[in-house]
Amino acid sequence: MYRWLLCWRYLRTRYIALASVVSVTLGVATLIIVNSVMDGFTTEMQDRMHGILSDIIIESYSANGLPNHESFQERIRQSVGEDLLGVTTVVHVPAMVTINHRGEPITKQLNLIGIDKETYSQVSDFSKYLLHPENREKLTFLLKEGGYAPDRQNFPAAGWEYRRRVAAMKKRNFELQQQFEIERRRNEELRKQISGVGTSPSETNHTIAPPSSGSVVATDGTLVKEPEHGFQFPDFPMGGTGQHVPPVEFSNNNSVQPAEALAGPAFDLIPSRDEDFAEQFDAAKDQHEGIILGISVGSQRGRNLHGEVEDYFYVQPGDDVMLTFPTAGEHPKALNAHFTVVDFYESGMSDYDSTFAFVPIESLQRYRGMIDPASGLSSVTSIQLKLHAGADLNLVRDMLRAQFPMELGVEVNSWRDLQGVLLAAVQMETTILNILLFLIIAVAGFGILATFFMIVVEKTKDIGILKSLGASSVGVASVFLGYGVLLGAFGAGVGAVAGLAFVANINMIADCLEAVTGQEVFDPTVYYFDRIPTIVHPMMVVWVIIGAMLIAVLASVLPSIRAARMHPVEALRYE
Amino acid sequence: MSSSAQSLGPRVQPRRRLSQPEMSADALRTAIEEPSATHLRVANPVILEAQDLYKSYKRGKNTVPVLKGCNFSATSGQITAILGQSGSGKSTLLHLLGTLDAPDQGEIYYDGQRIDNLPRRKRDSFRNSQLGMIFQFYHLLPELSALQNVLMPLMIQNGPLSFLRSRTELKRQATELLTRVGLDHRLHHKPRELSGGEMQRAAIARALVASPQLLLADEPTGNLDRQTGKQILDVLYELNREDGLTIVMVTHDEQIAAQSDHVIRLADGHIEF
Repeated sequence: MYRWLLCWRYLRTRYIALASVVSVTLGVATLIIVNSVMDGFTTEMQDRMHGILSDIIIESYSANGLPNHESFQERIRQSVGEDLLGVTTVVHVPAMVTINHRGEPITKQLNLIGIDKETYSQVSDFSKYLLHPENREKLTFLLKEGGYAPDRQNFPAAGWEYRRRVAAMKKRNFELQQQFEIERRRNEELRKQISGVGTSPSETNHTIAPPSSGSVVATDGTLVKEPEHGFQFPDFPMGGTGQHVPPVEFSNNNSVQPAEALAGPAFDLIPSRDEDFAEQFDAAKDQHEGIILGISVGSQRGRNLHGEVEDYFYVQPGDDVMLTFPTAGEHPKALNAHFTVVDFYESGMSDYDSTFAFVPIESLQRYRGMIDPASGLSSVTSIQLKLHAGADLNLVRDMLRAQFPMELGVEVNSWRDLQGVLLAAVQMETTILNILLFLIIAVAGFGILATFFMIVVEKTKDIGILKSLGASSVGVASVFLGYGVLLGAFGAGVGAVAGLAFVANINMIADCLEAVTGQEVFDPTVYYFDRIPTIVHPMMVVWVIIGAMLIAVLASVLPSIRAARMHPVEALRYE
Repeated sequence: MSSSAQSLGPRVQPRRRLSQPEMSADALRTAIEEPSATHLRVANPVILEAQDLYKSYKRGKNTVPVLKGCNFSATSGQITAILGQSGSGKSTLLHLLGTLDAPDQGEIYYDGQRIDNLPRRKRDSFRNSQLGMIFQFYHLLPELSALQNVLMPLMIQNGPLSFLRSRTELKRQATELLTRVGLDHRLHHKPRELSGGEMQRAAIARALVASPQLLLADEPTGNLDRQTGKQILDVLYELNREDGLTIVMVTHDEQIAAQSDHVIRLADGHIEF
């Protein structure tokens, strides 16, 4: 009993000892904060990665893909059995996208993925990340009338409405320029007639020669580009393509077209065109094959003048872009094709958002020549599986690896394998931080050790008194050991409460710090999270507290032993 | 007061039964030597006895002999004074008698049982329940109130659970003792709020709270003025008279020693007669 009473009294009367546990408190609080934030980050990242990738991915090494994927799928279904939730086939190729922004071409590197719009959403959270609500429900590669990204502010006008407006403006632009040309010619004619040198006026109505100002006019009279002309439309919409381009035509049997016609070594913005097609294709009514771009492909995240985070779009649903990608076959060639952006894809992982683009698998297979003209069978480059929630990914992966060895030209991976490096890096970071912070608490332990030695020396006489009253050495030791436990518990407890309170209000604290220092604590342009994600695992908190208390107890063991060994007579004589 | 006497009463009986034949011979010798105290205490046995004690301390490289073959005995129910100059070894003798220290040589018997070579645990519980000790500098625990200081031996004796269970009774017992030494108005004062005399009274109450047979006092008045010292001694004499408490008192004051039943003079580690 006296142990508890004395522990309590010593704690109450020696506040300086509390100073020695401040570092324990800070260490515990920091450990809890760091672990919660890191766990939050890891979990969020894993969720996103997992949402983007399916569970198991069977990839072909070959750019030509697996021609016999039907049989693969059959064997997978048989071996995986009831764990299998969904299967989809995918074609992916490296590609380049060219976006025309205010007359300037912007090229970006892409992972072009041909997906099956029916099954792809079954194996991943793909559709969850689309901007248009209808596409989230059911994916079509058709441009919507409008209503993109209802939950985003300042999203520019997009969809058919926008496309028609752009087309109308371009048409009007063209007509005005034509009129202007005609007027100019007529003026020239008149000038020539006045000066006595003239040509036939009938020419002006039908044939328009390239003007001296540098306007480029196609053979059929379509004015495509006029970079130096002074005639500009002030209200020409931002993000619109400055031209209208018809899609490439492909024959039924093979999409591999003469490369010279499609992609010359110096790609210019005026593709060769088919006159019939030009008649048929009206940008105001028709769209090319649909493409879903990763949001960072078509936009740039930055800050406006007020420091607010804002996305600047240089392309938006309704605009056309051009893709360049290799064809299949022994001698791949670069191929150009036009697509209409029908939606954006925003997963929050900048890696994916800035490189992914999705097109219908059939059209990609057709373009690349992956459909066997004789049998009509198509090839795919990877098969993706979704398993039931409880399934053991590694087990299924190993089983499939056994069934499809590397010699078949395929590689079987789980989503974790594909992101292993990143996850391992985060894991290692967490481990190192934990070790460092525990070292801080260990340093605090030495502070406690020193303080306790001083308290034991100060209490020498009390120890003598207790022993003269019949207290055992163990009893005396336990007074100081108990004191250490109480101090450790107090320090760790306060630290835990502080840490948890910090974690609970971490975003508010970040905002406050931001307001005070003007320095962004958590930059959404870097992390793609609006808020700092945190997860508090109760076991983590328990372990941190146990660890901190253990250190406090260990630090008080030596002083306690010293107290126990003190000779009562000498202790009583001590002044 | 009466309850203390009652609680002491039954303890005395078994010890008398336990006393060995040679002890009663000792008691007889005491009775013969001191006829003045015989009318009530004829059969009083020797409760504490030391034979041929040697003790030396090490001061650095040198060994300083303090006790050089010292014999001692204290009769139950009487006051024995150990008189001597500073450095004569009287405090050391008291520490040895109180098992706070072990002699280099010699034996100490309490109630016929050797106590100097007991295992540590038994010595601890002996000090706790059979022995009360008071000191020149009172040695109260500064963090605790007078009442808590008095309760300390009981807290050491009882585990937390049994203490809490009988807390009311134990507190009553301690309060009663404090009332008896005249400190009922200072129960919840800390030692620093008490005068020297009051502190010594609290120390006496603490020494007696576990109802011991024997009180060892190390210059109990050494730090007090004559008046206060006399009051403290009066408390001790009263306890001796009313409860039959055996007191062994170390002092350098001839006057105090003269009031005791026995006087043992200690000089240079030897008993002088």
